[in-house]
Amino acid sequence: MLPINYYLGLAIILFIIGSLGVLIRRNAIVIFMSIELMLNAANLAFVAYARYWQAMRGQIFVFFIMTVAAAEVAIGLALIVTIFRTKDSIDVDQINTLKG
Amino acid sequence: MTLQLLLFLILALVAIASALGMLISRNAIYSALFLVMNFMTIAIFFLLLDAPFIAVAQVSVYTGAIMVLFLFVIMLLGAERAAGQTQAIQWQRPLAVALAVILLLEAVYILLGQRGVTPLVTGPLPQGFGSPASVGTNLFSNYLLPFEITSVLLLVAMIGAIVLTKSEKK
Repeated sequence: MLPINYYLGLAIILFIIGSLGVLIRRNAIVIFMSIELMLNAANLAFVAYARYWQAMRGQIFVFFIMTVAAAEVAIGLALIVTIFRTKDSIDVDQINTLKG
Repeated sequence: MTLQLLLFLILALVAIASALGMLISRNAIYSALFLVMNFMTIAIFFLLLDAPFIAVAQVSVYTGAIMVLFLFVIMLLGAERAAGQTQAIQWQRPLAVALAVILLLEAVYILLGQRGVTPLVTGPLPQGFGSPASVGTNLFSNYLLPFEITSVLLLVAMIGAIVLTKSEKK
C-alpha cells in the first residue's frame, strides 16, 4: 500500500474543489453535484484509513454515507424541481423572496 | 510498488482534472458527465485500497443511480445553461478562490509535516478483508441498529420526494 498521505492529499484536493464549486457556481444542480464530490472525498479518506488500520469500520461507514447521499439527492432534486416550477429558474441568486 | 505509484498518479490526475472540469463547465450536462468520470476513478481507488464491495457499490449507487437521477432532472427542467454569469455579490468569487488556496496550503503543510508515515499495522490483510461477506457480517451484527435506521431514512426520503413533487390540489 502507498503511504496514506497520498490518498489523504487527493481527498483534500477533491474536497476543496467541491467546496469551491458550492461557493462560486450559481446553478443549484451544479452546487448539488459539488456536495456529492465532497461526500466522495470523505469516502476516499474513510476507505484509505480502513486500509491503514486494517479495520472494516471505515468501509461500513462509507456504506452508510452512500445511503445518506442517495436520500439527500432524492430530497434535494425534488426541492429543485419544486423551486423551478414556482420561480422558473434554478439560479440560486434568484431565490431571494425572503430577503428583507 | 513503483507500478502502484504510477497508477495512483495517473488516476489522481484524471480525478482532479475531471473534478475541475465539473467545476468549470458552463453546461450542467457536461458537469454531470465529468462527475461520473470522477466517481469511476474513485471506484478504482477503492479497488486499490482493498475495498472491492465498496467499489462496486460506488459504481452502481453513485454513477448508476444518483448521477442518472441528476441527468434526468437536468434534462427534465431543460436547465443546462439556466444560471447566468451575473454575481449578486461581486467579491464572492475572488474571496472563495483565496480561501480555497489558503485551505490547500494548510493541508499541504500538515501532510508534509508528517512525511513518511508507514502503515501502522503491517503484515498480511485479514482473510476476506473488504469482501461482500465481511461487509455483510458486520452490517448485520455490529451495525444492525444503524442499518435499520438507514432503511427508515430511505423510506422518509421516498415519502418526502413524493410529497414535495406532488402537484397541488385546487
